This record gives sequence, C-alpha cells and structure tokens, in this order.
Amino acid sequence: MTVGEPEPVSRAVALGKHVNGPAGALTILNDLELRVNPGEAVAILGASGSGKSTLLGLLAGLDDATSGEVWLCGERLDQLDEDGRAALRNGRVGFVFQNFQLLPTLNARENVLLPLELSGATEPERRAEEALERVGLSARARHFPRQLSGGEQQRVAIARAWAPRPEVLFADEPTGNLDHETGEHIIDLLLDLKREAGAALVLVTHDPRLAERCDRRLAMRAGRLEALA
Amino acid sequence: MSAWRLALRLLRQDWRSGELSLLAAALVLTVAAVSAVGFFSDRIERALAREGSALIAADLAIESGTPLPAFWRAEAEARGLETSALVEFRSVVLADGRPQLVRVKAVEGGYPLRGRLRLRAAPEAPEASAEGPPAPGELWVESRLLHLLDQPLGAMLGLGEARLRLGAILSHEPDAGATFFNLAPRVLMNGADLDATGLLGAASRATHRLLIAGEPGALADYRRWLEARLTPGVELRDAASARPEFATAVERATRFLHLATLATLLVAGAAMALASHRLVERQTEAVAIMRCLGMRRHLLLRLFALRLLFLALGASLLGVALGWLAQFGLVALLAEGFGAALPAPSLAPLVAGVVTGLALLLGFALPPLPRLARVSPLRALRGDLGAPPASMWLTLGLALAVFAGLIWWRAGEFALAWKLLLGLLGAGLALLAVVGVLLWIAARLAREARGLARLALAGLTRRPGLALLQIGGFGLGILALLLLAVVRLDLLESWRETLPEEAPNHFLLNIQPHEVEPLKDWLRTQGLGEVELYPMISGRLTGIAERAIEPSDYPDARAQRLAAREFNLSYSERPQADNRILEGRWWTDAGAEPAFSVERELAETLGIRLGDRLTFEVNGRSLSAPVTSLREVQWDSFNVNFFVIGSPALLGAEPATFLTSIHLDARAEALLPELVRRFPSLTLLDVEALIDEVRAVIERGVLAVESVFLLTLAAGLLVMIAGIQASLEQRRAEHGVLRTLGVGRRALLGALALEFAIAGALAGLLAVIFAELIGWMLAVQLFELPFSLNPWLWLGGILGSALAVGAAGTAATYPLLVQPPLQTLRRAH
Ligand SMILES: Nc1ncnc2c1ncn2[C@@H]1O[C@H](COP(=O)(O)OP(=O)(O)O)[C@@H](O)[C@H]1O
Ligand SMILES: [Mg+2]
Repeated sequence: MTVGEPEPVSRAVALGKHVNGPAGALTILNDLELRVNPGEAVAILGASGSGKSTLLGLLAGLDDATSGEVWLCGERLDQLDEDGRAALRNGRVGFVFQNFQLLPTLNARENVLLPLELSGATEPERRAEEALERVGLSARARHFPRQLSGGEQQRVAIARAWAPRPEVLFADEPTGNLDHETGEHIIDLLLDLKREAGAALVLVTHDPRLAERCDRRLAMRAGRLEALA
Repeated sequence: MSAWRLALRLLRQDWRSGELSLLAAALVLTVAAVSAVGFFSDRIERALAREGSALIAADLAIESGTPLPAFWRAEAEARGLETSALVEFRSVVLADGRPQLVRVKAVEGGYPLRGRLRLRAAPEAPEASAEGPPAPGELWVESRLLHLLDQPLGAMLGLGEARLRLGAILSHEPDAGATFFNLAPRVLMNGADLDATGLLGAASRATHRLLIAGEPGALADYRRWLEARLTPGVELRDAASARPEFATAVERATRFLHLATLATLLVAGAAMALASHRLVERQTEAVAIMRCLGMRRHLLLRLFALRLLFLALGASLLGVALGWLAQFGLVALLAEGFGAALPAPSLAPLVAGVVTGLALLLGFALPPLPRLARVSPLRALRGDLGAPPASMWLTLGLALAVFAGLIWWRAGEFALAWKLLLGLLGAGLALLAVVGVLLWIAARLAREARGLARLALAGLTRRPGLALLQIGGFGLGILALLLLAVVRLDLLESWRETLPEEAPNHFLLNIQPHEVEPLKDWLRTQGLGEVELYPMISGRLTGIAERAIEPSDYPDARAQRLAAREFNLSYSERPQADNRILEGRWWTDAGAEPAFSVERELAETLGIRLGDRLTFEVNGRSLSAPVTSLREVQWDSFNVNFFVIGSPALLGAEPATFLTSIHLDARAEALLPELVRRFPSLTLLDVEALIDEVRAVIERGVLAVESVFLLTLAAGLLVMIAGIQASLEQRRAEHGVLRTLGVGRRALLGALALEFAIAGALAGLLAVIFAELIGWMLAVQLFELPFSLNPWLWLGGILGSALAVGAAGTAATYPLLVQPPLQTLRRAH
C-alpha cells in the first residue's frame, strides 16, 4: 500500500469465481481487480448475467470466492469463516437488494429496528424513527411490507441499510423493479445518505444515467471490470 | 389440448421441480402404512381366529352321543373342507393287573385340524410339538397316569382286548379346555386300534365328534346346510362359543389393531394437510401468472384436481406395494410368535389401500385447493400478495367427514367411529383454543422482545394459521409417539395384568364347611399361603321388584337361560379386589343390613335396577332384600366371582359349600393327588390349558399392536418433517437477509433451536393432554381396563418433544445455514 493513498473499504485482488452449472463449468469472474475508497460512490454497469450480483455478494462476504483475495473494512474476508464475516458485516456494511427483501412478518419500523438491535446500537428506537423519517415514511411505520408499494418498500430497505451508519453500502440494482421516476428518487436518497454518512457506495445498475451521478463508473465484461469514461 | 393431457404435463413438470415430493411422500407413506396394517392385521385377525379354533381343534365341531351320519362328513369333504372324526369315552387301562379309570380319545390322522399336540419324551424332557396323532399301537397319556400306574414310558397297557404301548407323555391337548382334575386322566389313541379293543359296542356310552376346518366361505355354507338337518342331541360348536374368555381376548386384540390403524390414518392425514398447504403456497405465483395469461378459474381448479388425482393414484399404488413388502417385515419380526401358522395375505387390503389414499386426498389435501382459484392475478405483479386463507370450516369439516367415513369403514364399528370423532372434534376445538391463547401471549411478549426474539415471536403470531398448522402437526406427531407409550406401557400392560403370571389356574369346588379350616391349614403348610374360601349357596331367582318372574317373560334367549338357572349366590363382608362398585355402595354394617350386590351386565339383561327388591328361593325358603350396589366384575381374571352377592346378614346363616381358585406352579401340581386323597369330596378344576391359550392371544396381540403402532410412529415422523418443511420455505429468505445484516450462524442456530424447542414443548403439552384423554377414553370406554394418569408421560412428553422437535428442526434447517447467504437468497426466488 503506497503512502498517501487511503485504505480502501472494499478491495478485490485477482478475484475469480467459477461454478459448475448444468452446462458444465462456468467462469463468472476472472482475475478481477477493484478498489473502493472511503466515501466514494462506484457504479458497476453490465449486461444481465455478466456477474454483477456475484461480485457484490463476494465483496460483502455473502459467498465464497474460488480464487483471489477479498478485503472488507481492512480485513481479508477469504481468511475469515462465515461467522467471522457476519460479525464484520454487523453494523458496518449495508446491503440493498433489487427485490427489497424486507421481512414480511415485521412492520416497517421493526424491519429498520432489526439491524440496530442486532448490532447493539444505542437508542435503536430513536435511530429507526429518524431513518424512516429521512426516507419520508414516518407515517407508514406500522405498515407491513405487503401494505407498501415497491418504491416504499425499497425506501424502507434503504432506511434499514443506513440506520446503523455502515462504512460501505452495496446496492444491487436497487431501482431495477421500479419505474424511472421512483428510481431517480431512490438514487437521490442513496447519494444523499452516502454524503451525510461519509460512507462508500457500490451501486449496480443498468441505467447509464443513474451511473452518471456516481464518482466512478466500471463496466463488467468477460468477468473483469473496465473503467468507463 | 385437453385438460387431462395438460394436467399430466403439469404433473410431470411439478415432479421435476420437486414441488410434489412431500405430498407424494405423505401419500405413499399413508397408503403404505394403512395397507401394511391392512394386510398384516387381516392376517393376524385370521391367525387369532385360528387360535380360537385351536380350542376346539377345528373351525367347527359337531358333537353327539350317537354316531354321526356318514353323509354329513361326505358333504363337508365334497365342499372341500377338511374333516377328522374322533370318539371320546371312559374306560379302564390295566397295568400289571392294576386297573385305572381313564378318559380315552380315539382320533384319526389329521387330528387336530387346528392347534397342536405337545408331547414330552420323558417326564422332565422339554415339550415338543407332535405331527399328527399317535401311531396305531401307541398310547399318549397325561403324566399323572404314569404316577397312578407307576409305569415307565414304553410299558405295555391293556385297553379292552388290545395291548398298547405307552408311547409318550401328552403335555398339551389344544381342545382340552377346562378339565376336572378328579375326572380320570386322558389317554389318546389312534382310531385304527378301536376295533381291536372291542370297547365300542352299540350300547356303549361315547361322545362322537366330527371336526371340520377350511375356508370361511365354504365353512359358512356348510354350516347353513347342516343346520337345516340337525337332529336333537347334536351340538355345534365354534371358536367363539367354545370359550367366552378367549373371545374377550380376541375381541380386545382386534380392537387394538383397528385403533392402531386409525391412529396411523389420522397422523398421516395431518402430514398430507401440511404438505398440501405448502404445495398451495408454492404454487400461488404460478397460478397468478396463469390467471394473468387468461386461464379461467374452473379450468385451473380442474387442472389441479386432476394433477392431484393422478398423483394420488400413482402414490397409492406405490404405497400398496410398499405396504405389501412392509407387512412381510412385520411378519418376519413376529416369526417367533406366528411364523408358519400365519395365513397368506389376502388381496382385499389392496383395494382398501387405494381407496384410502384417494379418500385421504379428498379429505386432507384438496381443501386448500379452492384458495388457488381465488388467487388474484395481481399477485403476479405484487410478488408478496399471498393466497387468501382457506375456509377453516371447509377444511376441518371435510377432513372430519372423511376421517369418520374411514373409521366406519375400517373399524366397522359405528359406536367407536362416533366416539372417536367426537373426541377428535373436541380435541380440534381445544387445540384451536389452546394455541389461540398461546399465540395471544406470544403477541404480548413480541411487543417487549428485541432482535431475533421478536422476529421469532413475530413469525408465530403474525402467521397464526401456519403456526397453528405447524404446532398442531408437531403435536400429532408427538401424540402418535405418546399413544404408542400410553397404549404400550399402560393399556397393554393392564391387559397383560388382567392375567398375571400368578393367575389362578385351578379351582377347588364343593368344599364342605367342616373342611374349610383343615383345607386352609393344609394349603398353608404346603407353602401356598393364605387362601380365601368363598361360600356358595344355590338359589333360584323368583322375583324382581315385587313382581314374580318366569323365564318366558324375557324375549332374549340369554335372559331366559339366566332366569331359569340356579344362581350361585355368595356372601361377603367386603367386595372382592377385582370388583368395582359402579352404582350405589357396598354394605358397611355387615351384621345388620340385608342387601344384594348384583353384577352390572346381569342386572342389564334381567332388568334389575338399583333399589329393586330381589327374591330368591334358597333351600326351599324365600329370601328377599334390596339391591344396594351394582358391580363390575373382571371375568377373565380367573378369580372366583359371583353374579349376585348377599350381605352376611342375609345369607350368612344359610348352609353353604365353599370354593376357591389357586395358582399352582408345575412343582406344586405334584400335590394334587395328595389333596384329592385328603379331601375326597372336593372337586378340582384345572384351567391351566385355557389360561395358556388366553395368554398366548394376549402376548401375540400385544406384539402385533406394537408393530402396527410403529407405522403410526413413521407417520408421526412424516408430520414432523412436513411441519418443519412448511417453515423452511418461510425461513429461507429470512435467513439470507439476517445473515446479510451480520447475524452469525451460531446465533441463528441458537434462535432456531429455541424456536423449534418452544414449538415442540407446546406441541408436547397438547399431545400429552390428548394422549391421556384418549388413553382414558380407550381404557374405560372401550377396553374396560383400569386407567391412571402417568406423570412420566407429562415430563417425558413435554421435555422429549421440546428436545426432539428442537433437534429435528435445527438439523433440518442446518443446510440453509451452511450455504453461503447469497445462494440462500437466490434460491428463495
Ligand atoms: N450458484 C450458481 N450456479 C450456477 N450458475 C450461477 C450461480 N450463480 C450465478 N450463476 C450464473 O452466473 C452468471 C452471473 O450471474 P449474476 O451475478 O446473477 O449476474 P447479474 O447480476 O450480472 O445479472 C449468470 O449466468 C448466472 O446464471
Ligand atoms: Mg443481478
């Protein structure tokens, strides 16, 4: 690591992922390199099936790499076991899914409360209410996911991801299931929150216009990332 | 494309996607269990009937004091029935010029048609089964004849004009029944030697018996044919009429078996309900898409019904095949008990299995289906819009109706069917109430809980339907296990204890008053302990409640016989230990109160009610007193018992003879000749052989019932799996999210184990309550056995259930935890 350069919150070195699918061995990621600095917003673009979700999962420690190194918040993920990785994520890493993944038996407030309580944060109720207010859903706090629209659900998911103040947030096509206007609003929200918290954001998206608003744009091609202008 | 073809294609797709595996497994297991039980209990029932037949050495015996017409036998043989004729008479054998009175039975090849003779080659040698009767020229005799004659085996004895060799000691004669000891010893000979003895002249007294055995249908036909031709003095006997004690035992065994089948059915039905519920949940999305694509509701329903029908047919056939195989396993398990004696399985259970499979499908798997028809096409747009809940009344009603129908059909007992049904309905409502209260408590707790605990409680309280189904399912699974314990440990033990090792096997009758004390003393000095002697007084019932009675007053033959008979009355200060007072109370002041206590069934038959005044004619005088208690008597205990007992104040002064029953082991039997010599007026009745037969039925019955309950247990396991599976689906996504949020595997595992353990404990509590209830109902209502609460059941049931469900649930969910969360999340969609 050279002097002057900040320590990256997320980093992949010679990252490879191979799987055995129905049609034989498949290389999804191949010798992939990535550095994400603190406070930086990185957009990853790429065709469907190019391996973006796979990469995001590996960066967040949700899956095992076949080869290479993955660093998260200064620790080498591939040398930690599952529980070690979970402990590392706890409160320091946020994740937003394309299909929201709210827990259906918990209402909006309880969904946001959950990671705060799990990470032992102080004053979880107040912070949960603040987070909901920040995404403009205070009035819907007692509603269950099935009573909310897609955009509203995604806003709850963002509140849930941001409430514990993570160092890095991974968002996998967070606007993929939403109309363009709602999508714009979600991206605004993500970037605002990123700025307020000073955290890094890794955003996977199809939409070049959304990608424009990030600090850097990378394209996934043949299992590697290429910088875009 | 026709709905049929489409349904078949969809079924193939479902199959490949694994959506159907649980329902199919539930069906296959149910049908396998039901048909294994069917095949097996069919065979056992027939084997038990054969046991009964052994008591008369045939399926049917025709008896007369004169030779039977030859064409009766010819007719039986023409109908494909087996026959064997025998003659019984009294005679004298001579050894070294010493005579001894004996009872001779001259038999043919083929005897006994049912049951086996057992022999000893020497007095101390072990018993061995004999193939067929003695060879011509040989006698088989009871061992006491050797003592009486002081002759060894191999000696020659004179019988009439023939000299025959003492071939073996006859230790067991299936049709011996109860033999009076002071009747002469038994001698078995071959019928071919009869002529040579010259004993059976035209005028000699003998009993002629024709034994008949064969296939039940032909037997029944023959019996009808014969009954039209019976002459006075000819008696027909079959297994049931031969031994009422035995019939009781067989009846109990059959009831136990039916009960075990029903338990299997119910538990397996629950597994199917759970599996079907899950199927519907998983099909909702596909249905929504089909609805969006314009498929009409009724076509959709038809497609589903057809798919399930095809599935049920396939699964039922597979199940029947497995049941067939499993039944051989059961038989192998019981080879010691039944072995070669077990008749070949019949094909009736095959049909029964398939019909059961279809009925179960209708009752348990179809009710959730209409939900699918009501899935909104919107669901395709809104992935989280669930299927509307099923109508509980439809679900419950249909399941109960089908179950009732199956009970009626399988158990063939309407009373049993509605009792069980009522019990189940009550149990179902109680289950709803109990789980409702528990969920209400959980909801309160959920408000206070944090983190994982809240999530776990929310999972229970915000999907009450699933929670109910799941806890109910677990409960049933545990209930199956507990029923096995209740039935096995408690009911079967009580059954066994009705006939303990020490059950009396000899009755001593006709003991004169002056012999009472000497006999007691003598029995005590012989190490037989304190023996109670009961007084017996003959009396004829002449009036009930001030009205005179005549046998012809009663329409029913049994009542007529009872009314005409001399009653054996007794008196006593205390009720006997194996009697239970049902109504009224036993007299307290033995000296003062003239009163009667009457056995319940007799009272019912003769129309005697508590408080009625009974009049008996005793020793030429009329004695009358009110009935102050009705008793229940355990007749198969082989204790001395009386239909009518009077208070000492009433009967104590009447002249009486005394009787008792005692247990004599093989060694003590050597005392019998001495006993008879000392107390010559006493009559000795040996019921050992009868007891052995009844005990054999009980032992085999117990073994069979236990094996059948093992299948119930398998169904119970399946319910548990279905219950866990139902929650697995819901958990898959949850776990992915939780782990993304940074919850460690160990914490998740702990939370899971706790949640399943709590569900298990609740299920265990429910199961214990119902197990005890059912146990009580069965014991008291059906089997007339004593019942007591079992504290170990409560402890073991609740703790064991918590442990078992906790461990099983955790183990089943573990694979989810081992997978990287990303894969879990991918698979959740
Ligand atoms: N566990 C797996 N087994 C087999 N193939 C997989 C697995 N995970 C991902 N893939 C395949 O890898 C490729 C990349 O998937 P994904 O990362 O989801 O793509 P993206 O998110 O860019 O659309 C796809 O072709 C997908 O089918
Ligand atoms: Mg993707």
